[in-house]
Amino acid sequence: MTAPKPAPPALPRRGFLTRLSLGLSAIAAAVVALPAAAFVLRGMFRRVPQQWRDLAPLAQFTIGDTVQIRFESAHADEWARESAHAGAWLRRVDADHFVAFSMHCTHMGCPVRWQAEASLFMCPCHGGVFHSDGSVAAGPPLRPLVRYPVRIRADRVEIGTAPIPMG
Amino acid sequence: MTLRAIAEWLEDRTGLGRVIGKLLRHPVPPGTGWLYVFGSATLMAFLLQLVTGAALATLYVPAAGDAYESLKYISEQAMLGRFLRGMHYFGASAMMILIAMHAVRVFLTGSYKFPREMNWVSGVLLLALTVSMAFTGQVLRWDQDGVWSVVVGAEQAARAPLVGRWLARFLLSGDNIGGETLSHIFAYHVFIIPGLIIGGIALHLYLVLRNGVSAPPRVDAPVEIPAERAKYEALLATRGVPFFPDAMWRDVVFGTGVLFLVAACALIFGPRTLGLPPDPSLLAKDPHPDWYLLWYFALLAVLPPRLEDILIWLLPLAAGVFLIALPLRFPGGQRHPARRPWAWGLVLTGLVGVAVLLRTGIRSPWTPEVDAKPLPAAIVASHDSMVMSGAVLFRARGCEACHRVSGFGGHYGPDLTYVGDRLGDLDLAQRIENGGHNMPAFGRYLDATELQQLVAFLKSRTRAHGAMTDAH
Repeated sequence: MTAPKPAPPALPRRGFLTRLSLGLSAIAAAVVALPAAAFVLRGMFRRVPQQWRDLAPLAQFTIGDTVQIRFESAHADEWARESAHAGAWLRRVDADHFVAFSMHCTHMGCPVRWQAEASLFMCPCHGGVFHSDGSVAAGPPLRPLVRYPVRIRADRVEIGTAPIPMG
Repeated sequence: MTLRAIAEWLEDRTGLGRVIGKLLRHPVPPGTGWLYVFGSATLMAFLLQLVTGAALATLYVPAAGDAYESLKYISEQAMLGRFLRGMHYFGASAMMILIAMHAVRVFLTGSYKFPREMNWVSGVLLLALTVSMAFTGQVLRWDQDGVWSVVVGAEQAARAPLVGRWLARFLLSGDNIGGETLSHIFAYHVFIIPGLIIGGIALHLYLVLRNGVSAPPRVDAPVEIPAERAKYEALLATRGVPFFPDAMWRDVVFGTGVLFLVAACALIFGPRTLGLPPDPSLLAKDPHPDWYLLWYFALLAVLPPRLEDILIWLLPLAAGVFLIALPLRFPGGQRHPARRPWAWGLVLTGLVGVAVLLRTGIRSPWTPEVDAKPLPAAIVASHDSMVMSGAVLFRARGCEACHRVSGFGGHYGPDLTYVGDRLGDLDLAQRIENGGHNMPAFGRYLDATELQQLVAFLKSRTRAHGAMTDAH
């Protein structure tokens, strides 16, 4: 049997234990929360290198025609399948020049549709209309359609992927 | 051992029955009535969403390439899948309507005033979380509407100054729709936001118990700070009634009614039909969000474009600031709706605004009628070759996408069935060439003959002509 020890001066010890508990808890919380938060927010920091995507032989495109093309965006994760597709409107201007317009309306990103006979791009969401050169013809958009890079390699047409145009 | 003995043992070791009983029987003011049922009904709807959502999650595949097929399987083949998806779908609508009704009731009866300011603020938080559940939920449908919802959401977020781009990249989880987009929205919808909502509800209910259910407002009893607390205590002490069953029976009756209505809708209408698969390169004809966001979607079409750039982030920000500042700025004074005309004005303006926008959004007159049918000969009804060529051009050059003639074509621009009575040749030609309010200038697409043909066709659209064709 040991005699009870005399109580130590409570306040400095309590103060230390309080700080110890709070400090350790904060560190423990940070060790868990910081990597988790960074992981959850990774989309913000995600930089995916843009790629060139093969489309079709040069001969397949008629001069003057604007056609819809489909390719994989740079975010083509294995499990994404068709949801990682991207679309664009591709026009063969002359023998070796192409122009590709993003199909995203510059208002809210909805898919614009090329109306060949009217020579206009029309958006279903809020009625944005663009001229054949991509400039705004009517409706809420303020900026022209965004252009994608196109190149010809070994008689095949390739398109460069790009982010969905924002603001 | 009898059941009774077991129950007594449990009660002795846990004491839960006593605690719960005491909470349920806490005193509330008399005469709360049927206007006080919307909060508990919102909670009921949330519980419904938790249960049906957890059930659906046992089969839903939150992978961008498979989600659509798994949802199709749930809706068409899995036992009870259609019913559960229907409950979850209509339950979401119920929760949105109920939380709005609850907020409007609390606003109109001034129940947010002292000492319940933080009740209101926690409720505003829950409202924001509920809206984000509605948004992420419709994305999980992962059809065309789901995919375009994220894109439109990201585009809106991107307009915010400074943080816009970051927000947009966060919503998409990168630069484009991809595998990560759906996975992370799924995690938000089923783990993160519901977790926050449960925390928010715990805080909200704790505050309701601590500060008490607000007494029905009286014209002669404006809120006085700090005397209000003592007055409330005195009211409970003299005329308070136990929440269970005196007030709670109404909550139960109303909540059950809502639940039956949701179940009936799920049985009769079923969940929302899936649209086209989630391929962003498909040309969606008319992507639009579910009704509870449709009014805001419509607002984006009707705002003047230059103002929109600012209002698109300023409006939600202002709404948030207003809602949070409201009880802090006006904690005292009149609570009775009859003495608060501004509150009524705000609520009615808001309701009418949302209703009008919703109606406009459902009609979406701005959506071009991209495959409008050619005008039949019986409607063109002319032997004049100029008029006939003009009618062909009217469709071919896209006029018909936005303008209506005798019931054919879109709704964006004015109906041109009788335009010949309103405008002369010169006016017509000028408007076509130069365009105007939301109309492209077609001068660059039409040669002189084509323009004349179009004008001839439009000139022929008169009442007299219409009457003549009707007579045939």
